[in-house]
Amino acid sequence: MINYAWLIPLFPTIAAIINGLFGRKYMRHHYSDYIATGAVMTSFLISLVIFFEVVSGSTLNVNYWDWIVSGDLHVSFGFLIDPLTAIMLLVVTGISSLVHLYSIGYMHDDDGYYRFFTYLSMFTVSMLILIMGNNYLLMFFGWEGVGLCSYLLIGFWFEKKSAGDAAKKAFVVNRVGDLGFVLGLFLLISQLGTLDYEQVFQLAPIHLTTGVATAITLLLFVGATAKSAQIPLYTWLPDAMEGPTPVSALIHAATMVTAGVYMVARSHVIYSMSPTTMEIVAVVGAITALFAATIAIAQNDIKRIVAYSTVSQLGYMFMGLGLGAYTAGVYHLFTHAFFKACLFLGCGSVIHALSGEQDIRRMGGLFPHIKLTAITFLIAALANAGIFPFAGFFSKDEILWAAFSGGHYVIWGIGATAAFCSAFYMFRLYFVAFTGESRVDHHVAHHIHESPSVMTGPLVLLAFLAATVGALALPPGNGFIHHFLGNVFGHHEHNVTGIAAEFFHKFSALVTGEPTAHGHLLEYFMMLVSLAIALSGIGLAYLMYYKKVEALNPEVLAVRFRLIYRAFLNKYWVDELYDFLFVNPIKRAGQGLWDFDGKIIDGTVNGVSRLTLIKGEITNFLDKYVVDGTVNGLAIFVDFKSRILRRTQTGDVQNYALVMLFGVVFVMGIYYFY
Amino acid sequence: MNNVLGFPILSLIIFLPLIGAIPIMLLVPKHKFELIRWLSAITTFVTFLVSLILIINFDTTTHQMQFVERHSWIPSIGVQYFLGIDGISILLILLTTMITFIAVLSSWHAIEERLKEFHVSILILEVGMLGAFMALDFIFFYVFWEVMLVPMYFIIGIWGGPRKLYSAIKFFLYTLMGSVFMLIAILALFFVYHHYTGVYTFDILKYMELNFPYNVQWWVFLAFFLGFAVKVPMFPFHTWLPDAHVEAPTAGSVILAGILLKMGTYGFVRFSLTITPDAAQAFVPFIVTLSLIAIIYAGLVCLAQKDMKKLIAYSSVSHMGFITLGTFTFNPQGIEGALLQMINHGLSSAALFLIVGLIYERRHTRMISEFGGLAKIMPVYAVLFAVAIMSSIGLPGLNGFIGEFLVLLGTFKVSYVWALLAATGIVIGAAYSLWLYQRVMFGKLENPENMHLSDLNLREKWTLIPLVILMFWIGLYPKPFLNTMHASVNNIVQRVNPGYTPGLESFKVEAREIPSVGELPAGHIPIDGPGIPVATVQQQGH
Repeated sequence: MINYAWLIPLFPTIAAIINGLFGRKYMRHHYSDYIATGAVMTSFLISLVIFFEVVSGSTLNVNYWDWIVSGDLHVSFGFLIDPLTAIMLLVVTGISSLVHLYSIGYMHDDDGYYRFFTYLSMFTVSMLILIMGNNYLLMFFGWEGVGLCSYLLIGFWFEKKSAGDAAKKAFVVNRVGDLGFVLGLFLLISQLGTLDYEQVFQLAPIHLTTGVATAITLLLFVGATAKSAQIPLYTWLPDAMEGPTPVSALIHAATMVTAGVYMVARSHVIYSMSPTTMEIVAVVGAITALFAATIAIAQNDIKRIVAYSTVSQLGYMFMGLGLGAYTAGVYHLFTHAFFKACLFLGCGSVIHALSGEQDIRRMGGLFPHIKLTAITFLIAALANAGIFPFAGFFSKDEILWAAFSGGHYVIWGIGATAAFCSAFYMFRLYFVAFTGESRVDHHVAHHIHESPSVMTGPLVLLAFLAATVGALALPPGNGFIHHFLGNVFGHHEHNVTGIAAEFFHKFSALVTGEPTAHGHLLEYFMMLVSLAIALSGIGLAYLMYYKKVEALNPEVLAVRFRLIYRAFLNKYWVDELYDFLFVNPIKRAGQGLWDFDGKIIDGTVNGVSRLTLIKGEITNFLDKYVVDGTVNGLAIFVDFKSRILRRTQTGDVQNYALVMLFGVVFVMGIYYFY
Repeated sequence: MNNVLGFPILSLIIFLPLIGAIPIMLLVPKHKFELIRWLSAITTFVTFLVSLILIINFDTTTHQMQFVERHSWIPSIGVQYFLGIDGISILLILLTTMITFIAVLSSWHAIEERLKEFHVSILILEVGMLGAFMALDFIFFYVFWEVMLVPMYFIIGIWGGPRKLYSAIKFFLYTLMGSVFMLIAILALFFVYHHYTGVYTFDILKYMELNFPYNVQWWVFLAFFLGFAVKVPMFPFHTWLPDAHVEAPTAGSVILAGILLKMGTYGFVRFSLTITPDAAQAFVPFIVTLSLIAIIYAGLVCLAQKDMKKLIAYSSVSHMGFITLGTFTFNPQGIEGALLQMINHGLSSAALFLIVGLIYERRHTRMISEFGGLAKIMPVYAVLFAVAIMSSIGLPGLNGFIGEFLVLLGTFKVSYVWALLAATGIVIGAAYSLWLYQRVMFGKLENPENMHLSDLNLREKWTLIPLVILMFWIGLYPKPFLNTMHASVNNIVQRVNPGYTPGLESFKVEAREIPSVGELPAGHIPIDGPGIPVATVQQQGH
């Protein structure tokens, strides 16, 4: 089956073409959903088969056709399937199938039903090309393709101005990232002469100096910060929530935004060559994780909370990658895909139940009305908070452990703080929305209803996975996922270093009486620590929003810590800062240059022509009064005439040619016009 | 250099439009509108079909001229009827025949006034464009070059908008000024060539074989530059373009943006790089600076536009900057990227002007603020518009990406900084293009005048669909297109940048040593300093 991997993107392609060409006229509300969903589910089944083939040791690297051949550049269209791609295939086709299914219910009354499914299919194809391509240009092809589909889907309800703005912002911000990405590709080509993964990873350790490797990886990482919404290019993702909620689940949580993580993981050979880049990736990831988590604390829009949570979790992934724990980073991508998709689809179900309400302050007490949604949401929230034994616990903990065991205590500290915030905002959301008294608008309250089973089905399945896929990482550091991805990233033992580890070893040796060379005991201990951190976050949310302890009244706290609260609420004013620094100056520059163009450049052109006209007037004047007036004597006239004639008889062929040509043009013009 | 077909196919293609134009001009009564339209459409379509014979029989393995026709015309000064095509011109010729046909289709109902003259103008314009791309004799080239000017002048001046006369005259005088410099350069080459070889000829290929002295090259390059830069148009010679576009009827804009602008960049590749290679090397910083300014400056100016046509006109200036930039990288990727980008821009700008034209026909305005929410009632239009926009901003999978990628890669190999600056143009491009799309297509349908706009009819769809198909084709499988160029481009790279070897440090910035051209014949003016014969000719031109 692995040799038929090209079938995986083919089915959604066909679906996109059929729906795109015939959807509006012939299908509208019929069949387009079946076609798209059927196609992506077929792809999922093939992916599943291929996954098991890859587990048993097969891989694939095949070129189908020459894409760009120019000079010494040779780029093919071909696919590579290895464990990393195989696991991404499962995530992409799996989540995509569930989201397709869910959309049948969620989008049912929308006018653009066929359009929605066309875009979903297009997105799936692009994402598949991104992860299946066997060279960087094909990755970029998919990278831009998903960007386009993201643009189209964020702007799906294009009649809302905010949706159009958000779509444009997403695209343009991603273009800034692409700038870095493309320059990184150019540097790769100019250094190694190829973009083919296999060749690049063979040649890179031999031919690249550390400095060049740093430059390449940093440029590529600029692309990743845009696509995966990291500081400083994350600002588009929260706005992207203008899109329909299934889109947020598929594109802005589970798949597209993880493209940057995939890219870094795929390029781990080059990344590992540059300690500087690794450090930067880890630090950017850690800061983003904390930064976004703090913003999430103060938001009131249910989707925005989950969106900032996504940014934060993506930060964890980069933190893991930057620490060299590629397996942990990709594993977190894997688990996050399930629980975050579940959270977003849960949000969608809530919004659906409340006829479009997104503000958690106007929710409350929803649990009894939409039990299935609430329970699945709770499971996913526990996974996101990192509670044992839900999936998020294992993957997040592995990243934190990588930081701690490597002696990166500051990064660990940031990550742990972010973990506390994650637990807190997740359960703030849960308690405010699902428990307590209902604050639902009474017009809406009558209509609260559980979603149809086509929507709750995917929720249940995702919640089940969010609860269980953690088992893939058992036992810690030595589970299925470690062996499977180890085929790509290499199997290496984590050496525990750093002061804290030494101290712990000495301490445990003192207590147990025997020295422990391995860090397992410490690892289990740190698991307990992070579990405690997460639980305390939940506990605080419980006290503040469920028990409503007076000392912890959120409104009082918001007033007391006004500056901090306002900073969180207004997202640290980053959007305003970017507007001030980039957007407005560029717009002003455009206006200014436009004035310059009209007044100075075109003014010069018109000025020259006016001068010529004036010169013509003067000549005319001279001709009429001076020349004519003075040409009285025949002698003078003859002399003058002969002088002119003499000038034409220079014997210079170029003069003749010039005159002839103008004559030809002139005569042609006259003939033609009359 | 031969003609595999054994019959004068190039002459046939050049003069087919004329064959169609003559009956329209002489036989058909003025009021038989349908007949004129059909005759014009059939003529241009047949021309397109015949031009396809070229690509079918095109030999991609050689840089030699193909389908050559050569007849002596004015033997005393060595003027020949000399036509031929190679990998530089083949695609441009196909683009010309296709775009002209589409332009005729697009003006089906848009032009109702003096219909006969309009179609004759278009057909004669096509003759000029095809001739300029095929001519291998400089006199011939120049005649065709000027022939293009006249019908275009009428198209803008008669069927244009409110300021048509101003724009038409500006277009005419500006380009004429440029071409006068070009003519001077041609004559200079003619005399210098005779000076060294004793032969009077306007044979372009002969000129390419001779290594002209550096100072001659320098002046000739400069004169050619003025001619081509106006046509491209390069910053700061670009201000005629927005005016011409805004006033021109849709078909005029389509041909102007789609093909006429390519004359300038074609001229750079065909003449400047091969006849004056050393001077071209020397002018690299100058041209690159102007190109980078054009890319960024024109992109920023686009952000301030309120008229859709003006916006697309300025975006053309920006995109043409990429083409001149790629041309002057002197490596295969840069030049092939530039050549492909000529085709790409031809497709995308033609499509965009058609799209603006379609809405203008319905609403008689092009102001962006008049629109909004059109995607709701014009879904087909929305899709085609989106594809054209995406092609224009270089989305992978569509044609623009391949061209821009190659140009930027070629640039990157010469200078990181240039590539970085040029690449910022891509970000700006996305910003203004998407903003345009958003303001026109997205949002609420609020303007009552837009409520009942009809979506595209079959003819209108088919003016755009061929362009869209080509956009996807070039984007997904550009190999056949790039294949036609390799041999010719490599030949040019060898000529202009003989030290070129694939790899990073291939670019030699310093100019080549000036090759000697043999002993000067006794009694001739020695050429040193900024060229005496050239300077003399220039003075005569003023």
